[in-house]
Amino acid sequence: MHELGIVTHVAKTLDELAEENHITKIGSVTLEIGEVSGILYEYFTDCWNYFKVRHPILKEAELKIEIIPAVTYCEDCRGTYETITYGKICPHCGSEHTYLLQGNECSIKEIEAETDDIQENT
Amino acid sequence: MKVIELHRSVTESNDRDAAELREQLKEKKVFLINLMSSAGSGKTTLLSRTITDLKDQVRIAVLEADIDASVDAERIEALGARSIQVHTDGMCHMDAGMTKAGLEEMGLEEIDLAFLENVGNLICPAEFDTGAAKNVMILSVPEGDDKPLKYPLMFQTSDALVITKTDALPYFDFDMEKAVERAKYLNPGIRIFPVSAKTGEGMEEWEKWLLEETAAWNGNV
Repeated sequence: MHELGIVTHVAKTLDELAEENHITKIGSVTLEIGEVSGILYEYFTDCWNYFKVRHPILKEAELKIEIIPAVTYCEDCRGTYETITYGKICPHCGSEHTYLLQGNECSIKEIEAETDDIQENT
Repeated sequence: MKVIELHRSVTESNDRDAAELREQLKEKKVFLINLMSSAGSGKTTLLSRTITDLKDQVRIAVLEADIDASVDAERIEALGARSIQVHTDGMCHMDAGMTKAGLEEMGLEEIDLAFLENVGNLICPAEFDTGAAKNVMILSVPEGDDKPLKYPLMFQTSDALVITKTDALPYFDFDMEKAVERAKYLNPGIRIFPVSAKTGEGMEEWEKWLLEETAAWNGNV
């Protein structure tokens, strides 16, 4: 269940951010998750729902997930292709000299939040 | 409500902690190895033999992250290495913060070589940098030669692969050549050590690598 571990890391990052920016409440969190990042969205959402009610700042936060498709680049023919369909071998030229261009991401894109403006102005 | 754009990787704060810990360990001359494997791969047996063979040459410590393993810790202590149990709070992996806390509790003085026995699985520990100088993965013969295909990230993030229980090769359908080829395909620079901690076969090469790497890290070359 490594999704729970990742949720706790998201929460830790948001805690830090909340302190820096005087955030009082987080309305939503948008994550960018790559297709081949190894994260199962359904498990992740379950973990999130379990975790957020135990975490004051996230209590009302809605989780939004944006999926980034996996794309592989071929060094030999310089083409790109869908990683999930073809894997490591380039379907254009048969080369093995390929690497993942995108699709391994797990990052926090943005959040919607209420801040304590009085403190911000002082 | 206002929108705050972040574009921050989830592992970013852990990566930062890990880099700090690595620096601290370099300063203190402690060579930390993050040891990753499935449960039952022979991790403790490999460590026991390694400690027995090397304890007169380097001062060794072990951090145990196994959830149930006070037995393991006792086994290690009996051999004369320092050992500490680290609690992962039910988490499936060690991160840099937990590793640092464990090391601090144990104390970094008079240690040359430290092993972090990560939680026994091949997925989660690969994703979180622990602050170790090197990552080593254990694959046991009974687990099969197709493991690299199933857990590519683990093989990509490891500096060395120890293939354990080679004394069991006659009884399993394990193709050593294929396993090596698959691991090298994912990670051309990976060092591979086939060993049997039971018979001692291959242990010399593995221990030689450990001593060389420890000396290089600790600046005693």
